[in-house]
Amino acid sequence: MNRVLGLIGRRLLASMFVLGLVVVGTFFLLEAAPGDAVDAYAAALGAGDAGLTAELRAQWGLDQSPWARLLAYGYALAHLDLGRSLIFSRPNLEIIRERLPNTLLLMGTATALSFGLGSLLGIWAGARPGSFRDRLLSIGSLALYAIPGFWLGLVLLVVFAIELRWLPLSGIETIASGKQGFARGADIARHLVLPVGALSLIYLALYLRVMRAAMAEAWRQDFVLAAKARGIPRRRIVLGHVARNAMMPLVTMLGLQSAAMLGGSIVIESVFAIPGLGRLAYEAVAGRDTSLLMGIILVSAVLVIAINLAVDLLYAWLDPRVGANTTGVA
Amino acid sequence: MMMIHAVSRRRFLAGSSLLLASGAMLKFGFAQSAPQRGGQLIVAADSEPRNLNPAIVASNGVFFIASKVVEPLAEASFEGPDGLAPRLAVSWSGADDGLSATFKLREGVTWHDGAPFTSQDVAFSAMNLWKPLQNLGRTIFKDLEAVDTPDDLTAVFRFSQPTPFQLIRNALPAVTSVVPKHIYEEGDIASNPANLQPVGTGPFKFAEHRPGEYYRLVRNDAYWADDLPQLDEIIYRVLADRAAAAGALEAEEIQLAAFSMVPLADLARIDQVDDIEIKPEGYEALTYQLVVEINHRRRELADLRVRQAIAHAIDTDFVVKTIFLGYASPATGPVPSNDPQFYTPDVPTYPFDVARANTLLDEAGYKRDANGTRFSLKLLPAPYFNETRQFGAYLRQALASVGIDAEIVNNDAAAHQKAVYTDHAFDLAVAPPVYRGDPAISTTILVQSDLPAGVPFSNQGGYSNPEMDALIAKAATTLDPGERVALYKQFQAMVKADLPLINVAEWGFITVARSSVQNIGNTPRWAVSNWADTWINT
Repeated sequence: MNRVLGLIGRRLLASMFVLGLVVVGTFFLLEAAPGDAVDAYAAALGAGDAGLTAELRAQWGLDQSPWARLLAYGYALAHLDLGRSLIFSRPNLEIIRERLPNTLLLMGTATALSFGLGSLLGIWAGARPGSFRDRLLSIGSLALYAIPGFWLGLVLLVVFAIELRWLPLSGIETIASGKQGFARGADIARHLVLPVGALSLIYLALYLRVMRAAMAEAWRQDFVLAAKARGIPRRRIVLGHVARNAMMPLVTMLGLQSAAMLGGSIVIESVFAIPGLGRLAYEAVAGRDTSLLMGIILVSAVLVIAINLAVDLLYAWLDPRVGANTTGVA
Repeated sequence: MMMIHAVSRRRFLAGSSLLLASGAMLKFGFAQSAPQRGGQLIVAADSEPRNLNPAIVASNGVFFIASKVVEPLAEASFEGPDGLAPRLAVSWSGADDGLSATFKLREGVTWHDGAPFTSQDVAFSAMNLWKPLQNLGRTIFKDLEAVDTPDDLTAVFRFSQPTPFQLIRNALPAVTSVVPKHIYEEGDIASNPANLQPVGTGPFKFAEHRPGEYYRLVRNDAYWADDLPQLDEIIYRVLADRAAAAGALEAEEIQLAAFSMVPLADLARIDQVDDIEIKPEGYEALTYQLVVEINHRRRELADLRVRQAIAHAIDTDFVVKTIFLGYASPATGPVPSNDPQFYTPDVPTYPFDVARANTLLDEAGYKRDANGTRFSLKLLPAPYFNETRQFGAYLRQALASVGIDAEIVNNDAAAHQKAVYTDHAFDLAVAPPVYRGDPAISTTILVQSDLPAGVPFSNQGGYSNPEMDALIAKAATTLDPGERVALYKQFQAMVKADLPLINVAEWGFITVARSSVQNIGNTPRWAVSNWADTWINT
C-alpha cells in the first residue's frame, strides 16, 4: 500500500509542475497567434469604427500587457477561478462543465470499446501467430488504421443516417425532446453509435496490432517455454502467461491514447455536431479566447494526468516491480 | 422607386400571378394556399453570437435569430413605399432642415414580459444603445442629440447637424431594433442578461439556448399583428460544420438552411432530392460584393495603370460562372445593381483583356524579367467564405497571366482582420463587404481617407484622394434626396475611374428548404426578418 501512496504523491507533485507549464505555454502560444479576440469579433460584426474596437479592448482587458494578463490569470487561478469567456460572455467553468460530460462519454465509450475489443482480438490473433486468422486480422486492422477518422465518420453518416436513416445524423441527443430518465439515456446511446463507432474503429486497429505484436514477442520468452515444458494446457498459457505479459505495452498505449483521443474528438465532434470540449477548443482558438482555451487545456491536462495515474496504478498491479524503488529495478 | 429593381419587380409580378393562380385553384378545392397555423420549424445555425442584442450588434449573425424576437421601427419590403413596411413605427417623416425626424409608433404593442411599449423605449434604445454602442449606429446616429417623447406614441429625433432623412430611412431595418427600457435602465448595458436572452415585441419569444446544441423560440400569443405568427416554434439547430447542413436537410433533421449554409457546390446535387427546394430570393437588401482591396503604399499599386491592368486581367464572367456557379452577377461599381435608389451602370468599365493589361503594365514601366515576372505581391484572401478563398486562387492565376507573381497568404479570421485592417501587411486582399441599402452606411468608408488603423472593413490600403473625400463629405450632408442620389452616382463613377479597389462580383445567399416551408424569400431581408407569416404545409 505504501508503494501505491508513494507513487500517487510523487505523481501529484510532478503534475503541479506540468499544469503550470501547460498554463504558461498555452498563454504564449495563443499570444503568438496574430490577431486578438477583438479582431476575431470584428470579423463577425462586419462593420465598426476605431472607437468601438478600442472600447472593446479596454472592456475585455486586452489593452493590458501580456505579462499583466498572465499574472492576473495566474492570481485568479490560484483562487480556483477560471475566469470569464470572451466569446461566450459567460464563466469558463460553467461552459466547460456543460461540454465535459459529452466528451467524456464519447471518449470513455470509444476507449473502452476499442481497448476491450482490440485486446480480445489481439489475443485471438496472437494465440496462433502466423495463422490464417492472424493474417486476416492484421490486414484488416492495417486497412482500418489507414482510414482518416473524419472520412470514416462522413461515410458512416451517409450510409446509416442519410441513406438508411437507421440512426440520427448529429448531435448528442434529440433537440428539445423533453425526454427524461431511461428514454433520454436510450436517445443519447442512439446518437453515440456513429461517433463512437468512427472513433473506436480506428483505435481498435491500433490496440489489436500492439496486442498481437506483444503476444508474438511473449511467445519467444523462456517462461513460456518453461510453461510448455511443465505441460500446462495451451489455453492457460495463452491467457495466463502470454497475454498477461503482453498486456503491459497495451496499458502504456491506453495512457498515451487517452490524450490523443481528446484531440481526435475535435474532428469527430465537428462532423457529428456534438457539443464537446474538442469543438469548444477549436472555437476558443478561432475567437482568440485565451482564458477559455487555458481552462479547456487545464481540464484536459488534469484528465490526462488522472488517467495516466490510473494507468500507472494498473501497471503497479500488473507488474510488482513498478514503483518499488528500493529494489532498484527500473 | 417602389420596387427593389427590375429583376425583383419581375419576380414580384411572377409571385403575384402565382398568388392569383393559387387563389383560382382554391375555388377548385385545392387547399394548399390557405396558411396553416402551428408547427415547428427547425433551421440550421452556423454560429452562436456572443451577444444576441441587435440594438448593440447589427450583424446578420445576430439578426438571423434575434429579428424574430426584437423588432425594428420598419422592415425592408418589396412592395411598401420607400422599400419599407412599418413595424414598431407606423409612419415617419424628416424635417426639411435635416435637424429632426418624427416617428409615430404603433399602438397596443406589449413587450414579451407584458409591459407596454412606448416612445420611452425608442428614446432609450436610441440614446443609450444605438448611438453609443451599436457597430452601425455609432456612425449613422453620431449627430443625434436627443429624442423627445411628447406622448407615448411619438418619438422625435433631434440632430445637432443636418442629417439626410433618406439615410435614416434606408438604415431603419438594420439599425433601429428597439429594446425595453425597463429591462436595460438598471446596471451595465453591455453585461445585461437580456443580451443573451432577448426580450422584445416580436412574433416569437426567446425560450432557451442550449449552448452548442440549439436555440428555441416560441410563439408570442400577444403579438400585435392579428393571427400572426403562424408557427408555434422555431428551433435553430447549431451546426458549426458547413457540410452538415445539406445532410441534415436530406435526413429531415432540419427543414431550412439559410445564408448559403449548403455550399454552392452541393446545390446541383441537393436540387435532385425530392421535396427540397433552392431559393435565391430574400437577400436583395443583403448584397455582398467580392472586392479586391489594394494597398496603395506599394509603389507599383499606387500607379493607376497597374490597377487598371489588374482590373482588365480579371475575367468576371468566369468568376461568376465557375466560382459562384452562376449564383452571382458581375459588379459594375461599389453599389450593387439591385439597389433601387442609387445604382448607376454609367461608369467606366474594364472588360477582360489580357493584352490590354500587359500593355498597361509595359507602359507603367514594369517589364518582365527572365522568368516572365514583372513584380511580386502578397495576396490575402479573406477566410469568411469559400468563394473569397477560391477567388484568391483564381486571382493568383489571373495575375500570373499578366506577369505579376502573387503569393497567397491564408489566415484565419482574427489574423486576417489584423493583417489587413491594423497592420496593413498586404498588397492585395480579397474582401466581401456588405452593401446595406445606402452608400453612407458602410460603403464610402471603403475608400475614404484618414481613417485610423484598426477600423474593420474600411479603407486601410492608404488610398487618399481629396476629390473623393470632398465628394463623400458633401453627399453625407446633402439633404435633398435627388441631389444626394446624383452625388452617389458621381461617387460610383469616380471609384470606377480611380480604382481605389476593384469591385468584381456581387451575390446574395441561397436558402435551401423542404418544400413544405412556405413564404420563403418574400421580403428583401427575408432571412433576417421576423418570419411571422412563415408556415408549414403538412
